[in-house]
Amino acid sequence: MSELKINQNGQLTSLDTVDGEIATLNLGPTHPATHGIFQNILKVDGERIISAEPTVGYIHRAFEKLAERRPYQQVTPITDRLNYCSSPINNMGWHLTVEKLIGAEIPKRVDYMRVIVMELARIADHLVCNSVIGVDTGALTGFTYVFQEREKIYDLFEEICGARLTTNVGRIGGFDRDFSPVFFQKLDKFLKEFHIIFDDFTNLLERNRIFMDRVIGAGPITGERALSYGFTGPNLRAAGVDYDVRVMNPYCSYQDFDFDVPIGKDGDTYDRFLVRQEEIRQSLRIIHQAKDNLPSGNYHGDVPSFFLPPKEEVYRSMEALIYHFKITMGETPIPAGEVYHSVEGANGELGYYLVSDAGRTPYRLHFRRPCFIYYQAYPEMIKGSVLSDAILTLSSLNVIAGELDA
Amino acid sequence: MEDTAIQDIISSIDAKFPNCSITTDIYGMTNIICERESIIDLVGHLKNDFGFGFLTDLCGAHYPLIENQEFQVVYHLHNLYKNIRLRLKVNLATTDLAIPTMVNLFPAANWMERETFDFYGIQFEGHPDLRRILNMDDMDYHPLRKEYALEDETRSDKKDSFFGR
Repeated sequence: MSELKINQNGQLTSLDTVDGEIATLNLGPTHPATHGIFQNILKVDGERIISAEPTVGYIHRAFEKLAERRPYQQVTPITDRLNYCSSPINNMGWHLTVEKLIGAEIPKRVDYMRVIVMELARIADHLVCNSVIGVDTGALTGFTYVFQEREKIYDLFEEICGARLTTNVGRIGGFDRDFSPVFFQKLDKFLKEFHIIFDDFTNLLERNRIFMDRVIGAGPITGERALSYGFTGPNLRAAGVDYDVRVMNPYCSYQDFDFDVPIGKDGDTYDRFLVRQEEIRQSLRIIHQAKDNLPSGNYHGDVPSFFLPPKEEVYRSMEALIYHFKITMGETPIPAGEVYHSVEGANGELGYYLVSDAGRTPYRLHFRRPCFIYYQAYPEMIKGSVLSDAILTLSSLNVIAGELDA
Repeated sequence: MEDTAIQDIISSIDAKFPNCSITTDIYGMTNIICERESIIDLVGHLKNDFGFGFLTDLCGAHYPLIENQEFQVVYHLHNLYKNIRLRLKVNLATTDLAIPTMVNLFPAANWMERETFDFYGIQFEGHPDLRRILNMDDMDYHPLRKEYALEDETRSDKKDSFFGR
């Protein structure tokens, strides 16, 4: 007979005795429920998970090696492919890192433009995560609902930079062009309509008894464990720790904006869902403030050695031609030094550790990918829970394969 | 307030670990270069006495031109109460790439050390499961070392001189 102790969350606390036969289950690498390519070898007793062994690296693309042979501006497209649900945040994080290295001064307008783009990306990312939690509980409707809105965010990105998913948005020093009037029209329309759809989505899931019964208590983690496992972002805040890079080390003038940092209590799937829901609302607040208070000024900083001059000027002015040549031929002087800069990515602290030896490319570039660091807690989080909760835990952690494997 | 907090930390480390060299760079980050024998004690001291309870990042680096210090393990620690970041470095020679593991202090170090081992071949002593993590298991080299060129070495347009080196 088995003597399994079950705590108030319905989870096993003692795994000494196992009733029945232990089966090995391969969850992944290409399983539709994992939403990405990673493998978990589970040992299960019936439906209870006894142990899990994650294998990662299926889409490893050697970004850190590639970056060592790419001029600074060419590293930006690599960062797109880290967390591809919110590429602009990765792009901006990289630009900010280089700007910190070279000591560039960036106009306030660029900061606010960047904030608008980054918060739009955060909304898109959280929408994917939260609607997919719904899908994994069997509620497909919310997913189809908000994906329409995600498309509209991608339309906005298209209006800014021409690309939708892997945006490569912005340049070192600012943006390649100013926001167009069409962008502001589309943004106004989005802000006017989005919250209606989002409220519908909220009503579908947030207080839905069936949904709540499925997600409350699924995959919990305490704040202390979360910190020791290096959790950051919404997953850490859901466990009750109010660490947000935007507040603690403000970049891009985040100190100018009034927004709340939501935190949870139990660190379970429901808390992670609620924290992301509230962050979407807060992001909307930030976008409203940034749009209304958008300062006038230039859309890029005065960093001629990094920011390509307009093409017309290259043909007409000697100075512009020289800078154009210097940038494209890699004659730009770059200071030697090392910087660590982090931004609040959609999944947590996205850090860049950059070592420059005054060469044209990074000497060493390390990405601190939040997914990679917190995914190692996954076996501990699902141990003793049922298989369906493991799927929910995975989707609520929002593990993005691109960020996991770099 | 932050400055005095950092000064306290620096003087404490100076007193307890005289072999560490401490510098502050122009970006305001305090860099501590320490010996591998004292890294665990140093990090434990920082964690228990100064509240550096968060291991932000752990990675390796390769400087093949610096003799007997070809490899470096870089730790970023964060004090979330006072918002202070520290960068710790340990230099290692190619002939002896062993360093004690940080897993007992920070479980988060587990995969980060596996990644560092995977890419640089640094042996973390006492690590519970030191295997490759991103590359395939039967790979027989450590790809982020500088001796492995990214491109075909016969290409004349990809020489180091074109990258400012």
